[in-house]
Amino acid sequence: MAKNGNRNSSSTESPSPLLDVRDLVIEFRSRGETNLAVDGISFEVRKGETLAVVGESGSGKSVTAMSLTRLLPEEPVCRISGDILFEGRNLTRCSEREIRKFRGKEIAYIFQEPATSLNPVFTVGNQIAEAIKLHRPEVNDVEKEIIRSLDLVKIREPEKRFRDYPHQLSGGMQQRVMIAMALACHPKLLVADEPTTALDVTIQAQIMDLLRDLKQKLAMSIILITHNFGIVSGFADKVIVMFRGKIVEAGPTEEVLRNPQHAYTRALISCIPRMGVRQKRLTTIDYAELEKAGDQRLTENRNNGANTVE
Amino acid sequence: MPDQDAGTSRTPLLEVRDLKVHFPVYGGVFRRVVDHVKAVDGVSFKVPQGKTVGLVGESGSGKTTIGRSIVKLVPVTSGKLFYQGSEITPLKRKGFFPFRKKIQMIFQDPFNSLNPRMTVEAIVAEALMIHFPEMTRSQRRERSADLLKQVGLEEEHLNRYPHEFSGGQRQRIGIARALSVEPEFIVCDEPVSALDVSVQASIVNLLQDLQEKLGLTYLFIAHDLAVVEHIGDEVLVMTEGKIVEQATARDIYENPQHEYTKKLLAAVPDF
Repeated sequence: MAKNGNRNSSSTESPSPLLDVRDLVIEFRSRGETNLAVDGISFEVRKGETLAVVGESGSGKSVTAMSLTRLLPEEPVCRISGDILFEGRNLTRCSEREIRKFRGKEIAYIFQEPATSLNPVFTVGNQIAEAIKLHRPEVNDVEKEIIRSLDLVKIREPEKRFRDYPHQLSGGMQQRVMIAMALACHPKLLVADEPTTALDVTIQAQIMDLLRDLKQKLAMSIILITHNFGIVSGFADKVIVMFRGKIVEAGPTEEVLRNPQHAYTRALISCIPRMGVRQKRLTTIDYAELEKAGDQRLTENRNNGANTVE
Repeated sequence: MPDQDAGTSRTPLLEVRDLKVHFPVYGGVFRRVVDHVKAVDGVSFKVPQGKTVGLVGESGSGKTTIGRSIVKLVPVTSGKLFYQGSEITPLKRKGFFPFRKKIQMIFQDPFNSLNPRMTVEAIVAEALMIHFPEMTRSQRRERSADLLKQVGLEEEHLNRYPHEFSGGQRQRIGIARALSVEPEFIVCDEPVSALDVSVQASIVNLLQDLQEKLGLTYLFIAHDLAVVEHIGDEVLVMTEGKIVEQATARDIYENPQHEYTKKLLAAVPDF
């Protein structure tokens, strides 16, 4: 399975990355049309590092995350090519059986809407137990482990709360349960797909603080997917900006925020309303301008993607 | 409806006086009322003509309930609502009918607030049939097309269904629907919370442009203080059913008084 012969091409630092994605292409087919969702992106995440993937809806950031553990539809509908190397192992070549050992165990997810991600007919303890029993059969006292994981995400009185059903918890609490569930199997990589989009700003701040806290305590790597540059600063070590399936900019967070190079990145940063800055209108993204000024390739690729009929 | 055109500059368009909305909690064997949830508990404020008043608070603070009580989507427990100086609280369905034309609402979730089985034309023109019964079918279509253009969509979108549009476009349809009956006052209930930041900016700009062009008055409900500070002339901060701070947008940012306002300010990402 080891397919890491071609890896010395760009390795500048000695430790090999935890996750190394190369030339990832994701295509969806429907009614004879092919849509290119992700168009040849490459990035890596090192151990203990936090990577933020920023882009608007439709930019391909969520499908990228889901492709890591093959959460997307199967072959005729969705085609994935490229290499996804996790600790040197190529996940794109794993069988379904093998990839289940990574899904949830090594790479865990937190999704956008906690209310729809939790099963309403089981208690939250039950749902956390499911993950523990599957991936950590060596654990004898599952209940103690559940309580420990709920305590980790700062849920008060976890010994009572684990018997609650999802509807008995608020949105912020539900998201904490989701995080507890993701962390219960000690993943090496946590993928947080818009973890705060459905939440109020005050709760958003709490959840981000919690993630920041856990990141240090558990020394795990995080991929944070978001459309809001506001929550990236002070959280992620590096950022990649996606636009229409391509990475248009990548670099250390502070550098990208302070000195964005690509027109799209600048537009995405400037459209966030800022406190205390009185402006008559908010800046919006002028796509026509972006296409004209910037990459000619972007338009070309989009046209190709839309027109390829098989 | 008493006409008070002479005094509109002084009479606020909407005045809320000591509004309370309590929801009963049923319990026990006989499902008797055992308690009340005080969703809104003694709230007073004024919305001047042509201005935007922002209402911020976290979920559960009662801000949406205020918006809903203004358009009579929830019953008022006590307190008074005045529209252009005339009281609207005791009005029943028929008496409130003319005000439904004047007061419109834009909802939070553009995915659930549009009927998936209706075309855009049917959605936008539905209220026209009720409030402008004299309009012919072709006039309604013309008006709908006109409204779509006003909110930045195209005439050809009339025959499409909601699922064919993105979140931002759906919110534009929701705005077109609200504008169809030529309202004066629009309750915007978290119109941008479910949208991407880039789309959020374009919707906020659209609302501001429409306000300028049509002289609209907004009650703008949101949980994000940065958005409210941008669009609002005045900001009300709400928590646990009460308004804890009321100030101009600038003062809220520069000189917050209440603890809760400070907490909200701290939650706005700073970079």
